[in-house]
Amino acid sequence: MDEIKLLRVLENDPRISVRDLADILNETEESVVETKCKLENEKIICGYHTVINWDKTNYDHCMAVIEVGAQPERECGYDNVASEIARYPEVSSLYLMSGKSEFMVVIQGKTMREVADFVGQKLAPIEGVKHTVTCFVLRPYKIEGVIISEEEETAERLIVTP
Amino acid sequence: MSGKKYLNDLIQQIPPSGIRKYFDLANQMEGVVSLGVGEPDFETPWHIRAEAIYAIKSGKTFYTSNVGLPQLRKEICAYYQRRFHIRYAWDKQCMITVGGSEAIDLVMRTILNPGDEVILLQPSYVAYEPLVRLAGGVPKIIELREADKFKLTPEALKEAISDKTKLLFINFPGNPTGGSMSKEDYEKIIPIIKEHDLVVLTDEIYAELSYGYDFCSIASFDEIKEQVIIINGFSKAYSMTGWRVGYLLADEEIIKAMNKIHQYCIMCPSTISQYAAVEAAAHGDDDCRKHKESFEGRKNFIVNGLNRIGLRCHMPEGAFYVFPSIQSTGLTSDEFCEQLLKQEKVAVVPGSAFGACGEGYIRISYAYSIEEIKEALTRMERFIQSLK
Repeated sequence: MDEIKLLRVLENDPRISVRDLADILNETEESVVETKCKLENEKIICGYHTVINWDKTNYDHCMAVIEVGAQPERECGYDNVASEIARYPEVSSLYLMSGKSEFMVVIQGKTMREVADFVGQKLAPIEGVKHTVTCFVLRPYKIEGVIISEEEETAERLIVTP
Repeated sequence: MSGKKYLNDLIQQIPPSGIRKYFDLANQMEGVVSLGVGEPDFETPWHIRAEAIYAIKSGKTFYTSNVGLPQLRKEICAYYQRRFHIRYAWDKQCMITVGGSEAIDLVMRTILNPGDEVILLQPSYVAYEPLVRLAGGVPKIIELREADKFKLTPEALKEAISDKTKLLFINFPGNPTGGSMSKEDYEKIIPIIKEHDLVVLTDEIYAELSYGYDFCSIASFDEIKEQVIIINGFSKAYSMTGWRVGYLLADEEIIKAMNKIHQYCIMCPSTISQYAAVEAAAHGDDDCRKHKESFEGRKNFIVNGLNRIGLRCHMPEGAFYVFPSIQSTGLTSDEFCEQLLKQEKVAVVPGSAFGACGEGYIRISYAYSIEEIKEALTRMERFIQSLK
């Protein structure tokens, strides 16, 4: 089975049923289930998430992107610092970067106060962290490939054409 | 209608398109799920649209040369060389047209003398036969068969050739069947084409949408390349139907002659669209690949679904249509489509609209989202159950 094709379909629609997936890939349902399990076990598929625009809910939500400067350690480089940072549930994404700072950390919290406290009291004191630059997200426009905006008018196609 | 008496005989003989009726009917209804459209559902990729906007902003809005922008012709020839390994000289063997449709008309009017026979393979795109007739040609129909996977066989070709045959018109992968021809399939008919010195018009508009095999152009056979005229365009592969940009690749003398007609009745295609097309030809290979990959999944999805609900359907190797048989229902194509539309509000096109031999089939376009296809399949299943 073409695993890349399976992944591409799932990337766009993680809720798709096994039968539909099998039909699209022209494979049996059994082999689709098997391949999907295999990809999950190998952590190639790491999860199935929902893209949410929290701004449209009445739930308090605050997001920040934080540059973190860090000191590498002998033998393990940045891995120890990274796993310390990743431990916190407030951290939704963490990347080692090229450029001025070592890490890019995405924090999700309820309020600016909460995020600021997290950075000041939890993130900055971690051993190996040299400095932080906190950038609060003001408004999301596109999340995970999905454009977040008011309903755009979709262009209509004719009903029947040759 | 008093104006009718002013119409010439030829135009009066041409019947209205068989698709019109369904369009009018479906257009009046609410809640129709359509699988009837012959165009992709993707928006034109943004980088292509941005080039058109840039052309407008920077005032590139004058006429272009009759044969089209030099940059565009260069990029098209580079594209054919890169993708299909066929060489054409951009300055002599290429011209830009208003979609593939104008290109077909140009070829007919340039090549045919009154009474010349044109071999058409049906079921075929609805414009082919009328355009042959309008140019004074006589259509000679080869009926492609499902059992042959809608391919052209050497036997059928030999039988259709007479001493009046001038042109063979092919379209692989084709609308409405999705039928395709591989290199091996072509090898069997090349000697016949050579022997009878036929002009071959090949409509390659669906070339980029070939699944599970490598697209082969008939122009890649050197022994007949001079006899071949290629039609292609940006509509299907790049999802640019409304831009109306097509092109012709052919022998220098043929291009020159076609340009005589084109320069007087068209002047040149939209300059803005041509600038967008330059971007598509130069940097759009990845768009084609993405579109193809998406269509391939939907093709598998609909073929498996149709076979499950009891409509026998061969797995096409190209385009974005499936052509299932509805003979098991005992209805004609027309009856099937009309009843399906009225009963379940699903719009598909009767196979008979694409030639008499399309009777017993329907054309379904899968240029729709999986959700829409799923809904249509559910409704079609209910419809088929109601016939039992």
